[in-house]
Amino acid sequence: MHIPDGYLGPTTCGIFYAVMLPIWAVASKIVKSTLKVKQVPLLAIGAAFSFVIMMFNVPIPGGTTGHAVGGVLVAILLGPWAACIAITVALVIQALLFGDGGITAIGANCFNMAFVLPFVGYYLYKIISYQAPVGSNRRVIAAGIAGYVALNIAALFTGIEFGLQPILHHTAGGQALYCPYGLKIAVLAMAGEHLLVFGWVEAIVTALVIKYLQKQAPELLDEGGR
Amino acid sequence: MKITTKLWIGLGVLIILSPLGLFLPEHFKAGSAWGEWGIDEIKQLAGYVPQGLKQLSGLWNAPIPDYAFRGWEEKGLPHLSFAYIMSALVGIGVVVLIVLIIGKILSKKGD
Repeated sequence: MHIPDGYLGPTTCGIFYAVMLPIWAVASKIVKSTLKVKQVPLLAIGAAFSFVIMMFNVPIPGGTTGHAVGGVLVAILLGPWAACIAITVALVIQALLFGDGGITAIGANCFNMAFVLPFVGYYLYKIISYQAPVGSNRRVIAAGIAGYVALNIAALFTGIEFGLQPILHHTAGGQALYCPYGLKIAVLAMAGEHLLVFGWVEAIVTALVIKYLQKQAPELLDEGGR
Repeated sequence: MKITTKLWIGLGVLIILSPLGLFLPEHFKAGSAWGEWGIDEIKQLAGYVPQGLKQLSGLWNAPIPDYAFRGWEEKGLPHLSFAYIMSALVGIGVVVLIVLIIGKILSKKGD
């Protein structure tokens, strides 16, 4: 889901940087008023977890690869705004140091994976686990569904961003200048592979860690005691 | 043991296991992620290299491209796995450092 340099035209890149700047500003402001000193190590662990889980490329035999983002878990534990900051740091380092995701596409990649994903995941988890006891199975199921749906919505956005490029930018002869695939192919490919395979990875990872934390550190799941 | 200690250990395990992200795609003959092809691949897939893509694709020279050391691309999986683990260590080190600095700036003092 890391869009490289060259797949999005300048307009799209610019728009997503412009969209992300206020989101980052609001995230900083909100996190500043809510994050406690004792939560900072957990935020660092969350960012590191997201970074490393994205290195676990999962294959579709004979096809493409994909991966989980781990961002729904961070959002459940620390809230969507803190997750936005943690995932942004992971994505920026992946782009700068490892060329995973383009420099020009940092805005778009952060929009998909550091904004859409944690927010969809967080609120879905909240709704499904509404008034469920900290140790309940409903929390685990909520985490899994939130992970699955959030990764798929993020993938859908990525597919749309790819697919708009041939419409926005092409030569007089009709050749695409950036991503050569239109909406139909890009959305089908991105949505299909995530619905079939990668969404389940995010679901399982998120649900398993929540299950583990129910036993090991239930206080982390109790929003009231945050 | 504190929960954060346990989670740090878990991260260490993930770092060591990270080459699975290389081995599994290799074993199941899976290629690049969709939309993350190199110039040669896109030429094969689309039949041409879009002009703008060609210009922008080389915009940034990452120091550790694709989590592999420069010049090691052809060295085989054991070498690549070592580079992958080192990349995970370096990446996590930098990510943790930056988040700790951001956290120090943003977090409330007192509790």
